[in-house]
Amino acid sequence: MGELLSSLIRGLGIGGVYAMLGVSFVIIYRATGVVNFATPALMILGAFFTGYFGVSIGLPFVISVILAMIVLAAIGMLSERVALRPMVGRPAFSAATVTVGLFIVLLIIAGRLLGSELLTVNDPFGLNTLEFLGARVFTVDIARLIVGLLAIGLVGLFLTRSRTGLAMRATAFDQETSLAQGINVGRMFGLSWGISGAMAALAGAMLVAGTSGVETTFALVALKALPVIILGGLDSIKGSVVAGLIIGIAESLTRTYQPLYAPWLGANFDVIVPYIIMIVVLMIRPYGLYGTKEVVRV
Amino acid sequence: MSSAASKSQHTTRGRPRLYTNYRSEMAIFNTGAKRLWIVIGFVALVVLPFFLARDLVALGATVFIFSIGGIGLNLLTGYAGQVSLAQAFFLGVGAYTAAVLGGESRGDVIGLGWDMAIWLPLAGLVPAVVAAIIAPLAARVRGLYLAILTLGLVFIGEHIFKELKPITGGAGVGRAPAEPVFLGFNLFENRDVGGIEIDRFTMLYFTCLVIFVVMALLARNFTRSRFGRSFAAVRDRDIAAEVMGVSLLRTKTLAFAISAFYAGIAGALLSIIIGRISPETWNFFLSIDFLAVIFIGGLATITGSIMGAVFVVLLPKLVNSLTGFLPIDPGVGQGGLLNVFELQSIIFGVLIIVFLILEPRGLYGLWLRVRNYFKAWPFSY
Repeated sequence: MGELLSSLIRGLGIGGVYAMLGVSFVIIYRATGVVNFATPALMILGAFFTGYFGVSIGLPFVISVILAMIVLAAIGMLSERVALRPMVGRPAFSAATVTVGLFIVLLIIAGRLLGSELLTVNDPFGLNTLEFLGARVFTVDIARLIVGLLAIGLVGLFLTRSRTGLAMRATAFDQETSLAQGINVGRMFGLSWGISGAMAALAGAMLVAGTSGVETTFALVALKALPVIILGGLDSIKGSVVAGLIIGIAESLTRTYQPLYAPWLGANFDVIVPYIIMIVVLMIRPYGLYGTKEVVRV
Repeated sequence: MSSAASKSQHTTRGRPRLYTNYRSEMAIFNTGAKRLWIVIGFVALVVLPFFLARDLVALGATVFIFSIGGIGLNLLTGYAGQVSLAQAFFLGVGAYTAAVLGGESRGDVIGLGWDMAIWLPLAGLVPAVVAAIIAPLAARVRGLYLAILTLGLVFIGEHIFKELKPITGGAGVGRAPAEPVFLGFNLFENRDVGGIEIDRFTMLYFTCLVIFVVMALLARNFTRSRFGRSFAAVRDRDIAAEVMGVSLLRTKTLAFAISAFYAGIAGALLSIIIGRISPETWNFFLSIDFLAVIFIGGLATITGSIMGAVFVVLLPKLVNSLTGFLPIDPGVGQGGLLNVFELQSIIFGVLIIVFLILEPRGLYGLWLRVRNYFKAWPFSY
């Protein structure tokens, strides 16, 4: 029972990170119709800047995370302006391929910034554990879940309650009509990239918190947000949260029980569980749990 | 094709673009200049390895291999419009098919040691069958969903490769590739042909050259066939194509299977050049390399795929020779602004972006601009 509970909590923790990454994808997809394959690199950069402000400058964790989010929001907006804005009106997969190019460039920059030394993010959680209903759970997992839900809740509030959020939703709904209503559509694109970059930075900081340091291979973790958005629906923030938690738990349970009950599936099978879930979902419900069903017209 | 074309050529001397019959208009090499340059190019490719250093010859063979894989991906992505990140997976399937059928049995690793005449076609067919099995799943989704689905395939494939130890040798260990022995004749051995020394890399270069030429011509021919046109119809408007009677499922399955066939052949040959293959070779980043080949080279052109392959394979060499002039580390260390590997990756990334924004038709599009400029010379249009 204790094992099950602690593995569930761990799953919820990593699920919180996946949910943030998923929202990072969804915000951009809703605004511009592009799946941003550069998100993993933005996440690594976010973790780097958190570590840079936290360790090299010595700021407290919370402040360094916020600064990293601001920096990454700026990087996101800059990328959009330089690389994605010229692609407006072009096929979605061309724009998505541009983000693949962006991914390579940003990942190399991140790798170079990180250098060969292991950089921690100087978080207060470390390997602390606490007792929860008789199970030992890592504090960082609970922090990941809470921070993730809070951040996504804030983004949701911003989108539904604020004037700018309304403008963003209008842009996502119909770009030309929004232009006619006096909305600066280009600025909305930039803003969505900014929010997405900040979310990715937060996810990166929370992912690295509690581990021994930032590595560029963490980018592959961020790619697991793709199964999350497929399961949740490409354009649904609620979907990202639910799917993020489901995928996190599925992965964590697999890691705990698969070596015991199904060792023939091989070592590190949990790494590909999200992708298997994703393929099954694509077969059964291609638009995900909460996504908008695509209307096909000639 | 050639006899009809040359006959019409004869009757319309000096007016090469005036076609007097449909066959000559549809010919693969429909102008005299193309025919001339193809012959010159082929002769140059045959003579070239005798003037190059050995590592450059091996690089030349790699260019052919990347061209084959790139053409395969271009048939799928450029012609049929199905974005695929799974090319590395199919390269891997081809490489391991070849290694099992044509490699040696050593320790726990299976190898049947068959002839290249058997393993080479099968190295293409097995991935094609795998792709045909997966394709009905992939045909259900389109656009970005498909890109994500195929991304998942790469990761699942890598896991399977790591676990199938009798076939792949397992993670970090790897295995020896297939032996290129064609009808008892080893194509990866130093030879003495009529008094001319041909070293084993040159032998492999010629092997790859022949396979590449055959497969490029087949692809070029395929694109102007009924199936090639149905690919383009599916790409341009899938629903409209379906309404006109083009079966989406069949067309997409065919596109995936053919693409995987090309990838499999490329994988088998690439494994011979690499020498020892580990499951980690066939990863996400290899898929990105192939995306770079077709996006830099030019979508939906066979020539473009070849240009892209030349570019992608030779870029590291070029970057290496530039190390003296730029503030970069010639090794893989942390010196300078960037090291060589990082610089070339960044150039890939930047070029994918730049080409998509400024010249979506890629290197081939640049060539078209140059050609059209001189065509109208001295007028600007």
